[in-house]
Amino acid sequence: MNDKTKVIRVLLAKVGLDGHDRGVKVVARSLRDAGMDVVYTGLHRTPAEVVQAAIQEDVDILGVSLLSGAHMGIIPVILKLLKEAGAEDIAVVVGGVMPDEDAVELKKLGVAEILFQDTPPEKIVSTLRQIAASRGAG
Amino acid sequence: MSAPKKDDAKALLKGVKKRNVRAIARMISLAEAAKPESRDVLAEIYRLAGRAHVIGLTGVPGSGKSTLVKALADAIRVSGRTVGIVAIDPSSPFSGGAILGDRIRMTDLTGDDGVFIRSMATRGAMGGLARASLEAVDVLDAAGFDIILIETVGVGQDEVDIVQAAHTVVVVSAPGLGDEVQAIKAGILEIADIHVVSKCDRSDANATIADIRGMLTLGIRMPKDHGLVHGKEEFEDKPPAADGEWRVEVVATSAETGDGIGELLDTLDAHAKHLNDTGGMEQRRRDIIEMRVIKTAEDIIRRDFKANHDKLAGLMNELMARTIDPHQAAATLLATFKYKEGKYKDGCED
Repeated sequence: MNDKTKVIRVLLAKVGLDGHDRGVKVVARSLRDAGMDVVYTGLHRTPAEVVQAAIQEDVDILGVSLLSGAHMGIIPVILKLLKEAGAEDIAVVVGGVMPDEDAVELKKLGVAEILFQDTPPEKIVSTLRQIAASRGAG
Repeated sequence: MSAPKKDDAKALLKGVKKRNVRAIARMISLAEAAKPESRDVLAEIYRLAGRAHVIGLTGVPGSGKSTLVKALADAIRVSGRTVGIVAIDPSSPFSGGAILGDRIRMTDLTGDDGVFIRSMATRGAMGGLARASLEAVDVLDAAGFDIILIETVGVGQDEVDIVQAAHTVVVVSAPGLGDEVQAIKAGILEIADIHVVSKCDRSDANATIADIRGMLTLGIRMPKDHGLVHGKEEFEDKPPAADGEWRVEVVATSAETGDGIGELLDTLDAHAKHLNDTGGMEQRRRDIIEMRVIKTAEDIIRRDFKANHDKLAGLMNELMARTIDPHQAAATLLATFKYKEGKYKDGCED
């Protein structure tokens, strides 16, 4: 453990009817090995559950893994709930599979980064570090 | 739910008193980060705390602690009280990172402001219970949560630490884990105020219950006053249920069917009442505070040693040549840190 930097806290969530959690577990492991605290919510959560958990856990980054194609339905709701709770400083990162134009749209809505399924673990770690640093953590 | 500014300590404190979720969460982060500038507000939190019934739950991995905590939290809410939960998972000794998975079993609790769950990593703390975890308990206490549940990592010897952090200690065992009784023999039996046998819907649960009941009635030497206060291990040869002493209960629960959860809550309340009636609560509060002072001092010293690694490096040649020994090196370094009341030289400012 490094005392000189705050440990980056990340909440990883699977939202909605999406049972594919191999990817999110690999990500969780990679982030842990990079020295981060990773809270994992498990499968089939609702946007409200995920947002409340992110706030209680005071995470720097909320990572949502979506392979179900429901990203355009779910992510905007999460962003809205965060805003309503005054927690829009928690960065939302989306991981998984989606059309390129949806990624552009989600970024416009306020998603900090989209990490597609072929992103190498090192890239995921460095991206999250950058995002956390730009928000005053890490 | 308005969000206080990130570093506005006064606004955060106000928010905690009003049980604002964001403020509580941030305050716990302040405790975890342990920056010198947040000491004052955390001291204020300490002054406000001291009302909640703090319950520690421990048991080997897979014994069902998280599931039990969830069921118990539901029962506490039904009884009209609020509950804060500190769920601790281990940090990797190599990377320092951690995967905190206790929430996986606690998800139905969200959406209720009467429940606050915080996952914390051990961050390499000796005994598996980080100083920050106990400060997190203070924050939840100051926020007015009636009952606080600490779920420990529950591995190896770590569970003994919880004895000095909670008013009531619950040891969770599950059927079918094979060496359960061995674990109990190793010392976990003495720390329990209440034993829970979880997963009692399983057919082999009765054997586990019988085992634990049997062990409890074998005339085991009970610690006198919750025992284990840094070396002061006073035991007396009394049967568990002697006059005025707490009779260690075995409660069988099933989160699946809901069996025994209400009984467990009743037993927890009975234990709190027992402690209050006998002055035991006062003693436990003392023990907890004493332990926290020592843990905090350890933290400070460990930080200073890390921050002054160059000084240690300067002694390495002599140490390697064995002209001085580690004890002398430690004493030399400690002398250079010059600890002073009120303003210890904290090497970790950032």
